[in-house]
Amino acid sequence: MNREGMLNAAVLLGLISVPLWAWAADEPFIITLTTKAAVLALAGVGLNIALGLGGLVSLGHAAFFGIGGYAMGILASHAQTFDPIMEAPFLIEGTKSMPVIWLVAVIASGLAALAIGALSLRTSGVYFIMITLAFGQMLYFFAISWPAYGGEDGLSIYVRNGFPGLNTLDPIQFYGIVFAILLAVLFLTARLARSPFGLALNAARQSAVRVETVGLSPYRLRLMAFVISGMITGLAGALFADLNRFVSPTMFSWQTSGEIMIFVILGGVARLFGPVVGAVLFILLEHLLGGLSDFWHIYLGLLLLLIVLFARGGVIGLLAGRGVAHD
Amino acid sequence: MTNLVLQTVGISKSFGAIKASRDITLDLRPGEIHALIGPNGAGKSTLIAQIAGGLAPDKGKVLLDGEDVTGLSTAARARRGLGRTFQISALAMEDTVLQNAALGALGARGGPFGMFRPALSDPTLRDVAESALERVGLADHAATRTAELSHGQRRQLEVAVALTLSPKAFVMDEPMAGLGGEGSKAMTGFLDGLRSEAPILLVEHDMDAVFALADRISVLVYGEVIATGSVDEVRANAKVREAYLGEEV
Repeated sequence: MNREGMLNAAVLLGLISVPLWAWAADEPFIITLTTKAAVLALAGVGLNIALGLGGLVSLGHAAFFGIGGYAMGILASHAQTFDPIMEAPFLIEGTKSMPVIWLVAVIASGLAALAIGALSLRTSGVYFIMITLAFGQMLYFFAISWPAYGGEDGLSIYVRNGFPGLNTLDPIQFYGIVFAILLAVLFLTARLARSPFGLALNAARQSAVRVETVGLSPYRLRLMAFVISGMITGLAGALFADLNRFVSPTMFSWQTSGEIMIFVILGGVARLFGPVVGAVLFILLEHLLGGLSDFWHIYLGLLLLLIVLFARGGVIGLLAGRGVAHD
Repeated sequence: MTNLVLQTVGISKSFGAIKASRDITLDLRPGEIHALIGPNGAGKSTLIAQIAGGLAPDKGKVLLDGEDVTGLSTAARARRGLGRTFQISALAMEDTVLQNAALGALGARGGPFGMFRPALSDPTLRDVAESALERVGLADHAATRTAELSHGQRRQLEVAVALTLSPKAFVMDEPMAGLGGEGSKAMTGFLDGLRSEAPILLVEHDMDAVFALADRISVLVYGEVIATGSVDEVRANAKVREAYLGEEV
């Protein structure tokens, strides 16, 4: 196993042992903190497909995170008030079932990514950054001005949604769900990166004209990547909402987009575990430095500056060296 | 009339006041190497871009296998059988040599993409890629990062990627550049054999190679084809001597 592989294994071991220790030591807060890191990591893994593999600098991934969050919020709020979402032409009721909520979150954010991507990907570079940002902000202001689901105040869900056979209110069990999803998505992402699709997408990032010359469309490749990326971040949004039992327009804000991007850059762009390391580090810093000062973001900014200046491969690049081309 | 594989009909292209292509009509016949020569700035690259896609002519048509492809994208032309190599390598530099070749095989195969199984364990991609590398003499470098190749080797890889497409016609922009004496000789021999698979429109500065390979030569000067003919005809052409070749011939 190479150094990056060992590092990834160590990160996984940490994500298993820390919550288990916290569970044994009866420290639910630590479990919740780890859960938050895992959920945010998942959002970053989503972005990393667009950013790392596709080279698409999206500053609008909060859109999908928020859509996932609101998918949970809307479905669960209707379920808790026993008030159907719509009655005509057919009945749609709310639900407290996690699998159904996840499915809705993934489909809704995938459709949104299709629409946003189809338009945004006609531009590139700084225009792409700006247009994705604009879409994110549009949804943010829409959420603020939508009184039916709490508007600016957001939406509280009193009881965490259910998963068949598990008690999701037990922090360790909910963490188990989140961790299993993260693991599955990481596995699929690793496969995706080496698949023919990943090969073509990766080549399109390096030389669009090369991909065209062999008869493939960079636009379609990027759009597919953007949709997959949005779906994963959307799923993370639904889990994040369930973790907090609360949804608010903040999930749509550009700061959220920025934070998701920070996870990726901090950990290592295009590295499989980059967003995981980034999100864990972010949560650690937020927790440790946040206790010292309300202005902990200054230190985060400094760290980010150092990473960008001196370790372009992020923390993983720093520890594991330059990435090797896939065999 | 032999059926022409590739044809430009009265192509014109201007950039402001500069006429980069003036009413260019030329064709590529089955089994031939048609060399396109001309001094720097004659408009060779502009012409290639209009043939391969990426640049739309102001006037005129490009026909591939008798079909009008003027309005089609670069990708669509590639799918219809145009295999292009670049003067300045356009390769995925971070990827391995084999990955670049496999990308060509993937393009040639078209969909479905597959998102789960590794590309390089797919025999339909790997075999095509490996045999193309074998043919241009890069088999030993399959696992090398493309960025670590010499300029000449990159040119070979360009040709290998074009081979994976099994195109109806090759359009090659200076495949000899950077190859050096030995490499240039090897590439000349290779292209010589390749013409029976698909004809080649060859833009090249290496006159030894051009004279050794070309069935026909077209001479482009100031965006205009001033002569087309066999090697001897072009060598003997007074206009060509005056405009371009000078003492070189």
